[in-house]
Amino acid sequence: MKVSLFATCLTNAFYPEVDLTMAKILKHLGHTVDVPEGQVCCGQIAFNSGYVDDAREVARTLINSFERSEVVVGPSGSCIAMIHHYYPTLFEKEPVYLKKAEDLIQKSYEFTQFVVDVLKKPDLGAHYKAKATYHPSCHATRLLGIGEAPLKLLQHVKGLELLPLPEAQLCCGFGGTFSVKMPKISEAMVAEKAEHVLASGADILLGLDMGCLMNISGYLEKINKPVKTMHIIQLLGEGMKS
Amino acid sequence: MTMYNLTTDQRVDKALADNFLRQATRRATDRLRNNKYKASDELGNWEEWRNAGETIRKHVIANLDFYLHQLIEQMEKRGVHVHLAKTPADAVGIVRNIVREHDAKNVLKSKSMISEEIHLNHALEEDGAAAVETDLGEYIIQIAGEPPSHIIVPAMHKTRQQVADLFEPIAGHALSSDTPTLTRFVRIQMREQFLRGDIGITGCNFAVANTGSIVMVTNEGNGRMVSTLPRVQITLMGMERIVPSFRELDIMLNLLARSATGQRLSSYTTILTPPKKSADSDGPEEYHLVILDHNRSEILGDKLFRTALNCIRCGACFNVCPVYRQLGGHAYGSVYSGPIGSVITPLLEKDWKKWGHLPYFSSLCGACTEGCPVRIPLHDLLVKLRMRKTQSGHTPQVEQQIFKAYRYLFTREKTLRRALRLGAHLQWPFVRNHRITGGPAPLSNWTKSRTLPMVAPKPFMQIWADLNNKR
Repeated sequence: MKVSLFATCLTNAFYPEVDLTMAKILKHLGHTVDVPEGQVCCGQIAFNSGYVDDAREVARTLINSFERSEVVVGPSGSCIAMIHHYYPTLFEKEPVYLKKAEDLIQKSYEFTQFVVDVLKKPDLGAHYKAKATYHPSCHATRLLGIGEAPLKLLQHVKGLELLPLPEAQLCCGFGGTFSVKMPKISEAMVAEKAEHVLASGADILLGLDMGCLMNISGYLEKINKPVKTMHIIQLLGEGMKS
Repeated sequence: MTMYNLTTDQRVDKALADNFLRQATRRATDRLRNNKYKASDELGNWEEWRNAGETIRKHVIANLDFYLHQLIEQMEKRGVHVHLAKTPADAVGIVRNIVREHDAKNVLKSKSMISEEIHLNHALEEDGAAAVETDLGEYIIQIAGEPPSHIIVPAMHKTRQQVADLFEPIAGHALSSDTPTLTRFVRIQMREQFLRGDIGITGCNFAVANTGSIVMVTNEGNGRMVSTLPRVQITLMGMERIVPSFRELDIMLNLLARSATGQRLSSYTTILTPPKKSADSDGPEEYHLVILDHNRSEILGDKLFRTALNCIRCGACFNVCPVYRQLGGHAYGSVYSGPIGSVITPLLEKDWKKWGHLPYFSSLCGACTEGCPVRIPLHDLLVKLRMRKTQSGHTPQVEQQIFKAYRYLFTREKTLRRALRLGAHLQWPFVRNHRITGGPAPLSNWTKSRTLPMVAPKPFMQIWADLNNKR
């Protein structure tokens, strides 16, 4: 299969190793990988802040760049949820782009969903000895309905002990611009999330959205707690090396 | 009311600094939420119940004119005085006139969010006919002079000791803070009030259109006392609070009690078909129904926000909201707080200056939408409110400029690459131990409580292009 990567704006700028590892894993599974030019961002930052016209142009750019792709895979539940849930409303008055948006919805997946549900490869043969816990990101869980896929991937990692995260369903307080627009409320939320992460007894916090992980790790760092945060992709990538 | 005089920022600071409040809110919402899960799971097909609830609410709202007409007709046929109030001021005026006409001195109230919405207590106090709140939670906050902090549990933020401290001046002696002592004290207070009451004011959870009945869902029995003992009764009702018949009421009562408190039915479900008939041994002889619009008609005509009227005021969205969990209700500044309060307050009050902060009291995590028994897409409505605020020019200039810049850069990948490389150079003054630890606003809002990873020396798009020998 020819898989096109959606390198989200956040991983592109801050965590290029996540995108690179995603490419490596997909290649390892025998697929051709490309990264269509021109792609930047799903537009969610502007959309969620109420700047719909600005969001629409960013979304249009993304749609254009994946027009010829067969399958699109991204390392973020939130960005894929933006496409699936809000692109139809964004282009409701533009029949041509509405059709293109629907095409993109049909062929786009979050990484764990793609590997487990589409490729049916929950076992990537990875080894990683650690105690970890998993934060189920809100948009992946509630908007995309991703429940089991990431857990299946993690359950197949040899040596990995997966510990339950108390109050896992609580948002970490990132919320995109929420974190800078309502910084005090956001801080209170991430403080509680950190409290639960520490209570889990895990050495590593895993997730499938770098936004949430950037928030939680940024807070843990500030309060000098040595819990490491990793995208599931990073853990799999490391585990597949050995 | 002190809460109303503070700015949003001050209210947030005050709430976040109040550990009692935050602990109490966390405990209470956890309990309500877990009770709800039990009560909804035991049905075995909760999603079907939600579908039914959504269908009924949508049908009622789409045909509200018909059902309102039917309700009013049924009521008036039997001699109920029906009053239509366009504004909160109209509603207050109607109630005031009734109270004055009867020269009433002892006005009793059971819980009504509409009375909070129209700030009725304040007006009656001015007239020297202060209404006594008979719901335990409402009684507590009435003494404290505070607005409710939760639509179902108005005094959620008070500890037992704080309640005892509030009661002591009334009791005239020290009170221990154990629950039996406190409830016994209130029961004695209330018993005297009930026997003296001239006029009873109640809320309305549902009005059954085809029989002209008013349904109240309570847990303390005070609603029943207020609606049977006084000679005159006034029921306050939001104009959307209708069910077509008892068949739909059955479903809605299940959804409400199970979602609100995790009960199969609340302790008292009172159904009144007023006024008192000659064979009835009790009940009010004179009955007034006040139906409040307060821009609900406008919401009804607004395709984007109509679903907000589907709400049955169960409070389930409060109990799963991670923002409400940290703040409690007062930080919102509005009578209705929590996710549904953040949606309906700007729509009812139509004042962006005063209520423009509310749509941003959400990380858009979607827990409210998931928890709503009638499937109101609450977090989507919050985004739509932000959109409307933005489109009507009520957002800060700086913010508008930021999103213009965002649009420019994030539609030009190659230009963004250069900007990111520039950023990778400019970040150094703020870097400590390979993390960004400071910076100009709005970045500083982040770095005050968190560090940020460094901008990568090369963005992924560049790395990939280099790997594939492209420019």
